[in-house]
Amino acid sequence: MNNTVNITINGTPLQVAEGTTILNAAKMLNVHIPTLCHHDDLCVAGNCRICVVEVKGDKTLVASCATPVKEKMEILTNTQQIRQARKHILELLLTEHNINCIKCSKSNSCELQTLALEYRTDEELFLSLRRESNPDMSSYAIQKDSSKCIRCTRCVRTCAEIQGVNALTMSYKGMHTIMTTFLDKPMSEVVCTNCGQCINRCPTGALIERNYIEEVWDAIYDPSKHVVVQTAPAVRVALGERFALRPGHRVTGKMVAALRSMGFDSILDTDWSADLTIMEEGTELLSRLKKALVDGDASTALPMFTSCSPGWIKFIEHIYPDFLPNLSTCKSPQQMFGALAKTYYAEKKGIDPKNMISVSIMPCTAKKYEANRPEMRDSGFQDVDYVLTTRELASMIQQTGVNVNTLKAENYDSIMGASTGAAVIFGATGGVMEAAIRTAYEIVTGREVPFEKLNIIPVRGFEGIKEASLRLEKVKPEWDFLEGVELKVAIAHGLANARNLVQAIKDKKVEYHFVEIMACPGGCLGGGGQPIPTNVEIRTARMEAIYKEDEKMPIRKSHENPEIKAIYEEFLEEPNSHKSHKLLHTYYTERNRY
Amino acid sequence: MSNSEEFINQLANKYGRKRESLMPILQEVVEQFYYLSDENMVNIAKELDISTADVYGTATFYSFLATERQGKYSIRVCQTIICDMKHKDDIIEAITEMLAIKPGETTPDGKFSLNFTNCLGWCHKGPAMLINDEYYTELTPEKVKDILLSYMKK
Amino acid sequence: MATQLKRTELIFKEYMDCNALMKNVMKMGRDAFIQELLDSGLKGRGGAGFPTGLKWKIVKETNSDVKYVVCNADEGEPGTFKDREILTKASDKVVWGMALAAYIVGAKEGFIYLRGEYKFLGTKLRIAIDRMENSIRALGINFKLELVFGAGAYICGEETSLLQSMAGHRGEPTNKPPFPVNWGYLGKPTVVNNVETFVNTMIIAEIGSAEYKKLGTKASQGSKLFSVSGDCCKEGVFELEMGMTVQEFVEEFGDGDTKAVQVGGASGFCVPRKEFANTIIGYEGIPTGGSMKVFNSSRSMYNILENYLVFFEEESCGQCTPCRVGTQQLLRGVRAVKRKEKPKSYLDELLKLANTMKYASKCGLGRSVGNAFKSIIENFREEIVY
Ligand SMILES: Cc1cc2nc3c(=O)[nH]c(=O)nc-3n(C[C@H](O)[C@H](O)[C@H](O)COP(=O)(O)O)c2cc1C
Ligand code: SF4
Ligand code: FES
Repeated sequence: MNNTVNITINGTPLQVAEGTTILNAAKMLNVHIPTLCHHDDLCVAGNCRICVVEVKGDKTLVASCATPVKEKMEILTNTQQIRQARKHILELLLTEHNINCIKCSKSNSCELQTLALEYRTDEELFLSLRRESNPDMSSYAIQKDSSKCIRCTRCVRTCAEIQGVNALTMSYKGMHTIMTTFLDKPMSEVVCTNCGQCINRCPTGALIERNYIEEVWDAIYDPSKHVVVQTAPAVRVALGERFALRPGHRVTGKMVAALRSMGFDSILDTDWSADLTIMEEGTELLSRLKKALVDGDASTALPMFTSCSPGWIKFIEHIYPDFLPNLSTCKSPQQMFGALAKTYYAEKKGIDPKNMISVSIMPCTAKKYEANRPEMRDSGFQDVDYVLTTRELASMIQQTGVNVNTLKAENYDSIMGASTGAAVIFGATGGVMEAAIRTAYEIVTGREVPFEKLNIIPVRGFEGIKEASLRLEKVKPEWDFLEGVELKVAIAHGLANARNLVQAIKDKKVEYHFVEIMACPGGCLGGGGQPIPTNVEIRTARMEAIYKEDEKMPIRKSHENPEIKAIYEEFLEEPNSHKSHKLLHTYYTERNRY
Repeated sequence: MSNSEEFINQLANKYGRKRESLMPILQEVVEQFYYLSDENMVNIAKELDISTADVYGTATFYSFLATERQGKYSIRVCQTIICDMKHKDDIIEAITEMLAIKPGETTPDGKFSLNFTNCLGWCHKGPAMLINDEYYTELTPEKVKDILLSYMKK
Repeated sequence: MATQLKRTELIFKEYMDCNALMKNVMKMGRDAFIQELLDSGLKGRGGAGFPTGLKWKIVKETNSDVKYVVCNADEGEPGTFKDREILTKASDKVVWGMALAAYIVGAKEGFIYLRGEYKFLGTKLRIAIDRMENSIRALGINFKLELVFGAGAYICGEETSLLQSMAGHRGEPTNKPPFPVNWGYLGKPTVVNNVETFVNTMIIAEIGSAEYKKLGTKASQGSKLFSVSGDCCKEGVFELEMGMTVQEFVEEFGDGDTKAVQVGGASGFCVPRKEFANTIIGYEGIPTGGSMKVFNSSRSMYNILENYLVFFEEESCGQCTPCRVGTQQLLRGVRAVKRKEKPKSYLDELLKLANTMKYASKCGLGRSVGNAFKSIIENFREEIVY
């Protein structure tokens, strides 16, 4: 059905599928065309115009990102006029742009800067239109500086298309056109979920994470402080990208070694608390099911939604507050870890929690906000003091001069450092679901999940909304109310997909028992704190790495993690106990939708 | 329901709740309240189930959809070339003298706003201006004063 | 005074039995009337000059259960006011022209996008719409016509931007392709035509393509409304045959001291005195939406240029780089040269920039800013510099 067309690019003939853009056709011939507003994850905008090329017979140049090929098209990508146009466009953007590159954290990874260097725009051809920089620092997660905005609308399209949030918009017109929020309010006051996906797609430094690097160094160098650090599952499959490793190269042990060399006192693992989350959340699910099915308690909210993704939490608080009772009361692994670090860990290691600084390394910007929620202080202190993204960690490692690639792998410290394959897959969409099923199925039936090598393939992959069901049979006597029950689950990643799913549930078009939602495309591996750039290929490589990491782990079920068993025996008693409710569970707040 | 909520709810009933209804709703709200207050924009977003940022982004694109307080009578004087040649400056001066506002300002009593606008399509009879939807052409400072007097009496 | 220009009296001709014309076309058949339009050589009167017959033909032949007809009444080009005059004096012909288009292409819904500045025309237009809708129902045609308003954005006259605006969005032009004929209002095939174009289709229905073709020249057929303003002996809207020279025009309309004529509004060209005789107004020379602004020797071309650039800097939609930043640079650039903050030679940099804007901008606005800029700088350089 797909027709092909014949074209030439700079004289080279090429056959491509109808509908291919000139930009993509050129890629096939390794002809590089510069772009700025184009992003593989987003719809076409065609507004920066840097990608213009010449099509023989056309009166004007055309934007290659926005123009589909046609039969017999003769395309030129390198003419005097094209080069002049590109250089002019860069010069123009630079006259608006705050060119304080050396003070910008996107320096070296800024797409505008790269092109400016390529085109040697060292002389100021035109007059300066720069306005004063007045960055919006109101959010714990995202810093917005419109003096660096090039109006490419990638962030606006991200927020709308991928996240369905629409917190960002272009406003005004003509010379006054600028990216902003409703009434130009601070980011902390709008429906922003802090997911940071806009950051991942901003070609410049207009949107970056709020960084807490100096605060963390200060803590490390303060001899009176015991600094614990936890690392999230998805960090280990992406950090290497910042050290010239290919996407999907796992650096778990090297990362641990780097953290140790940086001077962190305890190097622990969010994977451990991910296992703990499964115990708590799995138990909560089973008890909700019991309440609903046995006690006939109509107030029991089903489906139960996962609560690990703070972007998703903020989203549902803003957009679907009616569904707050459906959210699992479990804190995210980061916050479970935080609450236990300053209680359990401090107690066991004999550290005064007052002197403890808890740092987490996350693929996420929303975690920065989460750590600062007023309710996240169940240890009696702020449970997690500082959240760094994968990118910030990379910068810190670079500052130490350590070469990650040559470091020898090291192990996490105990007693909150052991983990399982079930925990590491938290980093991919469907992972929490898979981990939960591995454990819950076994609790209920006493048998392993009926999937080859425990790999629950139906819940994996990048499809926007996934559904699966599993029949519970020959259950243990204490779970007999689940005999024959078809456990129905759904998974969504990216908030636009989440929105569609929740709306379908709201409209009673679909019914599930358990729903996993991750705010970011691909799950945490595509998080707003991960190395830039991002696209499907990169996310796929990270996903493959995560499942590889899972497969190589000796233990692959959360309930078999020895350090999890230990904490229940020595500290928490049992899942959903009184103590775990106090430390590991939370509540949610309805927020303004508009 | 507040005044604004009720009014916007009725507009949504009249025009529908699709995105295509946004422009006419914005326009009627401006007609009623002279500008789009924060509250009105929130209520419009609610009725159409779109984000407030989308309402704001759309409204600010259009120069007739003010998001800052405007007077009951919005005076727009054409600044484009032919009216410029025909002494639009004298017209502005006359208005400023009479109302004590410069272009971009609103009288303290909230009665008049003065703005420049681009070609009104009355070049052959310039200088021209609009007061709300009414057009006034072949203006002279004297004529403007008479016109404004009639509005002051309203 | 030389001989008077050839006047025509078609658009404002008092009487037209639209109902009967519609019946004729129905008898003739859709394809036959499209052929008539093609034969007449009618090109869009909104400025871009696309053959109207071809536009209707494409939409007619596109398979879709929903199609739309849209009348572009956003007339915002500085110095253009002929659409307002048509809507005031000949609104029936416009709405019937739209009904005709709807009948031909198979659309059941139509819209008139009227610029907010012309809101006072609303009542009159609604009456014309009601009248037309009633008559047409009796002919067995189902066509609903709605009036929608712009809100003060010149760019919304650009058709894709207009459709965005109608759909409740920022009026930013979209990429072409897809063109509105294939993917227009709400993604459906859409005919977008200028007010005057619709009237012309009715005229062709009335007098036939053969008669229509007798007017104008080979490349520019039919008659055209001109909006004449500035330093003239008479200003207003005039219906003239296309194909005249600027010289002929100036002889009739100028004040005897004409220095330059801006043909086609701010996005058109500035014709200096020395070019009057050999510049034809029409598709073989300078095509125009009908704006003719006349400047005599008392006018400063610098002021005129600056005024245009202020217009563009404000009215650019602001999405694409060459236009958003380019307009600001041209304006600030000429100001800087005037103030001697930049050397004369800076004008050459700006001319190159204007050239880039022409070739690399996303839509017709950015592409035409250079027209006025270039023609004024090249012909009146001294006035800009000193
Ligand atoms: C910046 C810009 C402004 C325009 N403004 C108008 C306008 O006010 N009225 C109009 O009919 N066409 C305008 N056009 C042309 C339209 O895009 C479109 O070509 C026209 O409506 C098609 O109708 P026609 O073929 O009947 O001329 C404008 C184009 C551009 C690029
Ligand atoms: S050329 Fe100007 S008006 Fe057209 S899309 Fe670009 S910025 Fe908008
Ligand atoms: S990348 Fe094509 S216009 Fe921006």
